[in-house]
Amino acid sequence: MFRCTIFVLICFILSGSFMGGKPDVFPEKLSEWKIYKGNLSLLQPAKGVIPYALNTPLFSDYAEKLRFIRLPEGSSVNYSTPGVLEFPEGTLLVKNFYYSADNRKPGINKNIIETRLLVKNSSGWKALTYIWNDEQTEAFLEIAGDEKMLSFINKEGIKQDIRYVIPNQNQCKGCHNSNDQLMPIGPSVSQLNGDYHYSTGTMNQLVYWKQQGALHNLPEKTAIPRTAVWNDPSSGSLNDRARAYLAINCSHCHRREGPAQTSGLFLTESETNSTVLGINKTPVAAGKGSGGRMVDILPGNAYESIIWYRMQSHAPGERMPELGRTSVHEEGLALIKEWIDKMKSID
Amino acid sequence: MKYSFNKINNLFRNLTIAALIIFLSFPLTNYAQKDFQKKYQTQMILAETGTIIELPEGSFSLTNTLSLEGKKKITIRGKGMDKTILSFKNQTDGAEGIRVSDGSEILLEGFTVQDAKGDAIKTMHVTGISFHDVKVEWTGAPGPENGGYGLYPVQCESVLIDHCVAIGASDAGIYVGQSKDIRVTNSKAYHNVAGIEIENSLRAEVYNNEAVENTGGILVFDLPDLIQKKGGQVKVYNNSIHDNNYENFAPKGNIVAAVPSGTGLMILATKEVEVYNNRISNNQSAGTAIISYFTTGKPIKDKNYDPFPSAISIHDNIYVRKTGLPVGKDPLSFIIGKKFGEEVPNILFDGIRNPQLLDSQGKWVLGQCISILNNKGQSIANLDAEHGFKNVVRADDSLNCNN
Repeated sequence: MFRCTIFVLICFILSGSFMGGKPDVFPEKLSEWKIYKGNLSLLQPAKGVIPYALNTPLFSDYAEKLRFIRLPEGSSVNYSTPGVLEFPEGTLLVKNFYYSADNRKPGINKNIIETRLLVKNSSGWKALTYIWNDEQTEAFLEIAGDEKMLSFINKEGIKQDIRYVIPNQNQCKGCHNSNDQLMPIGPSVSQLNGDYHYSTGTMNQLVYWKQQGALHNLPEKTAIPRTAVWNDPSSGSLNDRARAYLAINCSHCHRREGPAQTSGLFLTESETNSTVLGINKTPVAAGKGSGGRMVDILPGNAYESIIWYRMQSHAPGERMPELGRTSVHEEGLALIKEWIDKMKSID
Repeated sequence: MKYSFNKINNLFRNLTIAALIIFLSFPLTNYAQKDFQKKYQTQMILAETGTIIELPEGSFSLTNTLSLEGKKKITIRGKGMDKTILSFKNQTDGAEGIRVSDGSEILLEGFTVQDAKGDAIKTMHVTGISFHDVKVEWTGAPGPENGGYGLYPVQCESVLIDHCVAIGASDAGIYVGQSKDIRVTNSKAYHNVAGIEIENSLRAEVYNNEAVENTGGILVFDLPDLIQKKGGQVKVYNNSIHDNNYENFAPKGNIVAAVPSGTGLMILATKEVEVYNNRISNNQSAGTAIISYFTTGKPIKDKNYDPFPSAISIHDNIYVRKTGLPVGKDPLSFIIGKKFGEEVPNILFDGIRNPQLLDSQGKWVLGQCISILNNKGQSIANLDAEHGFKNVVRADDSLNCNN
């Protein structure tokens, strides 16, 4: 009874503050955004909603992701590079996080955990998280985060348990942050420059966007930058793929404008200063995250490199990224290990 | 027979009730703890300017960072240090206990943060951050598995740390980094690797504190490769800095792992530091050390970094040291132990001066000198680090502005 009272009280406080004439009033239910048509859990985009993918995405505890963008009617994005595209006010970015029961049969028997929205309004981007109910009929706005125990069959056919953490609203900005402003991370020209299997056929995403009137000023003659696909050697060299992986997984914080600027370790794809990239760089405030290693990257020796140590750690306070994973990304770790192990000493 | 049957029956009934209470109270407790996290995290997300978030008395277990982001004029207030205890012993997520970012006029007071898996309280990009009556601690014997920093304001302006306590940090108990306009006062730091550390920060005053039984009591550092460079204008006065002989338990790779056990005060590569009216006693390796970054043996690749300490004044302090060998197990302690045996000078200077701050006769240009004057118990060693510590000498009167 007491619990119920508290719960009702909290709901009351929450709803009260959302209805109290504040500028940001967001729907309590995901369905109200009208992103999907038909059965919500099928995630079928409504008219004007375009699915997209990134060449090298952020690792989130082996969750599969389905992304959509909805631009305000009649508007389009101007081609720009490098960096995330400048989206018009009213843009909605949608990311669904789900697990297929068996990763060898992706898309079948999906368990959708959460849908995150980035909404651009007059004051900038806002991050919202909707958590799906067990019945998969609706998702509800949640600002304080949550965690769920779940399991799936991984690509090797082995059952894998995950303690999946849904971030709270503040934690969204822990990553989506540039000079203390909330920002999208993924959708840049180079990340979108790849094929997507649309219901109408396979096509380059940038070309498709242009065709749909969602992108203008796409150059015809000059080369368009393309982020390597981290696990596809035909898409780029080992160095290109490792840098793409570090950029998407680390550089949202580890950049000069990001929350990890205090560390002096910057992992953007365009960084050229080897010390700043971590090569033979001593840590600043790693604490036990150093794992007793002396430098972030010791060329030729991943095992003695702090980056490797922090990627293979499960412990909060040691593991990197700080948020968004409780498990180790074995395949990503293997990529970075190979990259460091094959790196020649530059000094 | 009947009587005893009743007795057994009663006992059984009581046991059943007890079991029921235990059964009911376990999920309730778990729920309550999870509810605590959610309740206060929600309050912190929704807090409007001017809000005071009151934490109740009691010990509460949290599993994730509590964070405050993008807020103005917020107070988070417990019922007092040791009365409101936030324990992160069971933390599964987040790299710190409490995190405050991108805000202004934030006051944290009257609570304890225990056993955070990473840093205890980190505040970043806050203008006007005050810690009052806050304790941060790692319980149990100090060790490298403890979190790095206790109170950890970084890239903040107008920092006040007053009547706080920091215990057991594997890096620094009270650490102010890359910040401006700082006061650390009336606070106590013990059983940390570094008690109080001011790093790459401008205009800091550290006074009326007690730094005791750390590896190093108070550190004033300037390090390369950071966004805010050239810290300085630091005053350290009226502190009691004593018995900082704790074995260094920092994880390797961190700069403080190189601090000799037995260090009272260390000034590394910082400019404009004044140290006065402190009682610096029984720090058995280096009462005070003034060193350049070269002496750490680490490479310097940052072209904008000045590795030399300059404009240092150490005066009117009281130095006391017990007879005995240096306690440190590091190379520096070994060198001074070999040279001086049980009577180690209180103040160690590595002897490396910035050649650009010396005139043609090798004297300091005006205002840039390292001056050590008028201290009780003053004794100085020049370590000749430049020449591989070949000519370590007593130099009791050598450090003044005339040479």
